[in-house]
Amino acid sequence: MSKKRKAPGINATSSADIAFMLLLFFLMTSSMDTDKGLPRRLPPPVPKDQKKLDLDIKKRNIMVVLINTNNQILCNNEYIEISQLKERTMEFIDNPYNDEHKPEKILTDIPFFGEMMVTKNHVISLQNDRGTEYQAYINVQNELAAAYNELRNDVSRKKFGKAFSDLDEEQQKAVQLIYPQKISEAEPKNYGENK
Amino acid sequence: MGKFNKSGGREMPELNTSSLPDLVFAFLFFIMMVTTMREVTLKVVFRAPQGTELQKLEKKSLVTFLYVGEPTQEFRAKMGSETRIQLNDQLAEINEIQDYIAQEKSSMKEEDQPFMTVSIKADRATKMGVISDVKQALREAYALKISYSAQARVN
Repeated sequence: MSKKRKAPGINATSSADIAFMLLLFFLMTSSMDTDKGLPRRLPPPVPKDQKKLDLDIKKRNIMVVLINTNNQILCNNEYIEISQLKERTMEFIDNPYNDEHKPEKILTDIPFFGEMMVTKNHVISLQNDRGTEYQAYINVQNELAAAYNELRNDVSRKKFGKAFSDLDEEQQKAVQLIYPQKISEAEPKNYGENK
Repeated sequence: MGKFNKSGGREMPELNTSSLPDLVFAFLFFIMMVTTMREVTLKVVFRAPQGTELQKLEKKSLVTFLYVGEPTQEFRAKMGSETRIQLNDQLAEINEIQDYIAQEKSSMKEEDQPFMTVSIKADRATKMGVISDVKQALREAYALKISYSAQARVN
């Protein structure tokens, strides 16, 4: 028998190129962009046979925000600009001076904070027309979210020295109890769509 | 004193590249993990609205996408330029949403179903009438977690 021949090593220089090709293919076909958006929760559907409940909400607890076909904003029967909306909303939710036209404050026991006066019955009623532009609607939603975020951040900073998003889950829950997000959306009405 | 001898210097050893493919593969897997494949071809044109208070969608596998916008050029002739809804790969009507959502929901794991999120990707010039109809349909289908997809506004 002849002596064992040594198997020649496989040339692996090109495997790097092959791997690069794969890499490039995946880079091309995939999208890196993370989807961002405004998260919201819809109310569960109303059973068809259910009669309309007339919820008795005190007038001072409601802020009505209307957007019409021309994307104009009416806040509690007053024309305002989108830039004013955040401030208005914050004033409404917080009611810092115990104004009797703004939501009532109720003594509530909140973990970490103890007993606090909270405007927990406030409701922001958002109504829009069928002809309203989506961007205008998102602008308003965005401003409302901004108002809540700013109030929550303020109280988090004061109590924990951190922004709301940096708090742990329990602390976030407590802060959410102080400023519960209550945006109610009515079924859209058709006030005047030009089609 | 030391001598500097240029001639007869050591030969530069060749760089070992045998681990280069492994490096590239590691990189490749990283990219595959963090990205998502574009699964659908868009049949509607949409430019997302802009906002500042956006939050990232957490789990990709729990998100169902719903596109709203005008049909692209090639479908204009067939569909017209009215705002349409796209579910997965085809243009659909409002009344098909409920079935579609139910179908998507049943394909998920049971423990994940309550966390299902629907991301509405709509054009910024869409009329709210369409969006409201979509929202009503989603309510009927018990897909209550929604997200209005938007871009970050650059100031």
